[in-house]
Amino acid sequence: MSEATPLLSVQSLGKDYGGHVGCTDVSFDLWPGEVLGIVGESGSGKTTLLNCLSAQHELSRGKVIYDTRVDGPKSIFDMSESERRLLMRTDWGLVRQNPRDGLRLGVSAGANVGERLMAVGARHYGDIRGVASEWLEKVEIDTNRIDDRPTTFSGGMQQRLQIARNLVTNPRLVFMDEPTGGLDVSVQARLLDLLRGLVTRLGLSAIVVTHDLAVARLLAHRLMVMKDGRVVEQGLTDQVLDDPQHAYTQLLVSSILQP
Amino acid sequence: MNQAQTSSQTLEGYNFAYLDEQTKRMIRRAILKAVGVPGYQVPFGSREMPLPYGWGTGGIQVTAGVIGADDTLKVIDQGADDTTNAVSIRRFFARTTGVSTTERTDEASIIQTRHRIPENPLSEGQILVYQVPIPEPLRWLEARETETRKMHALEEYGVMHVKLYEDIARFGRIATSYDYPVLVNDRYMMAPSPIPKFDNPKMDNMPALQLFGAGREKRIYAIPPYTKVESLDFDDHPFEIQTWDESCALCAAEDSYLDEVVMDDQGARMFVCSDTDYCEERRDQGHIGSMGTPQAAE
Repeated sequence: MSEATPLLSVQSLGKDYGGHVGCTDVSFDLWPGEVLGIVGESGSGKTTLLNCLSAQHELSRGKVIYDTRVDGPKSIFDMSESERRLLMRTDWGLVRQNPRDGLRLGVSAGANVGERLMAVGARHYGDIRGVASEWLEKVEIDTNRIDDRPTTFSGGMQQRLQIARNLVTNPRLVFMDEPTGGLDVSVQARLLDLLRGLVTRLGLSAIVVTHDLAVARLLAHRLMVMKDGRVVEQGLTDQVLDDPQHAYTQLLVSSILQP
Repeated sequence: MNQAQTSSQTLEGYNFAYLDEQTKRMIRRAILKAVGVPGYQVPFGSREMPLPYGWGTGGIQVTAGVIGADDTLKVIDQGADDTTNAVSIRRFFARTTGVSTTERTDEASIIQTRHRIPENPLSEGQILVYQVPIPEPLRWLEARETETRKMHALEEYGVMHVKLYEDIARFGRIATSYDYPVLVNDRYMMAPSPIPKFDNPKMDNMPALQLFGAGREKRIYAIPPYTKVESLDFDDHPFEIQTWDESCALCAAEDSYLDEVVMDDQGARMFVCSDTDYCEERRDQGHIGSMGTPQAAE
């Protein structure tokens, strides 16, 4: 597709949980190669928004249009379910906050990475294993551990394994929900470094939900600040963080602890 | 309707084949649908049967649904006609239907089986009824029923290969040896019930009708005659069946599935055909294994 088409276009998206508003009036375009950060406090609708974008929740209002490789821009909720699930397995990645939700804990690391390949029809054990060990290397996991189960991995390794598992089909869009949540700072730093490297090297687009402004500053090109289900401010990351306009953003920025 | 002729052997007060006619109609409808969509698990209203779940309640209900007064029934359990489960199910139908029973594979019109497919090839017109404990091949990989149904609907069978991958990674080969997953008619992933993978190739293009009943899980599925049944594998780790260095100690068969029988506590053991009918037939023909005795001497 031409450069002029956004990869993902969101038009006045809203999601209600019964009478309660999850998020509402969210509109934005995500361009190829761009990383969008979504920040806000707990309960501000960040994860709801991410779940809607990644087609895990049905929308209450609005539209999400994705620029598919073959058919061009298409509303993801007008696709058939099989098309949508194929998209989720191949063109998209979803990195969950808790790696145990995103991994298959009963099988080895290699099988975890290879699962998506097998889902799209890879039937050669040696090839699958080769690709798996390549990816383990890319996310800095010792390839000797390819046959170990993720339960024997540390939290940081599990998170990196989850990233490898998602990126193995060369997706164009990756959704990340608090990718560094629950990791200690030095591990966080390495993971962020790795993510930043992968995103630039592979030309990925990503939507990163986080409550950690440091993560947002490191990873995101553009930032959206959410409060009570609405987007209160959006713009370039540095601009939003260095010159916050909205009162809530100002509060958020000033709440960062300085060590 | 296959109304029972009240023969002196059948039990008083029971309908033909134990179940009432409406229940049998319901089961037949499920079977018809199952035959129409090979490999698809059709839900049915499984009934309480006079034996515990796990002993073949599904198979019994399918057999009760298809059996008629002129049928000949054979029941096998682990290949043998003379084990407890086989004997009691055979007697159950003998007493509730009065049909004749047999131990000969080629004489039977309906064969209810647990764990084996007979060694002798089945022919057109025969029905093979399997007792199935867990009908869902994806169950160990995905616990949610809603999700497994969706995976079947959308043909998302990649995870099945994850299981085989894991086998090779851990044991160096595909170590799954029974209930080996198959793809039926290029469409539905199916659990062939806990038969050894030795029997999987027999399911492919079998002239006989194959019916599967899972009583506790309330599912019936089927493979119509002459349907493609493919065992899953990897290109570089093709599907293989079990082989033995020994031959049957009684009938010297080298092409049958062998059971290992421990003889004493000194480590002595023998290998015998698990299909007792096949073994007997061979011995009648004069084949004698290392521990066998000529039939005439008995």
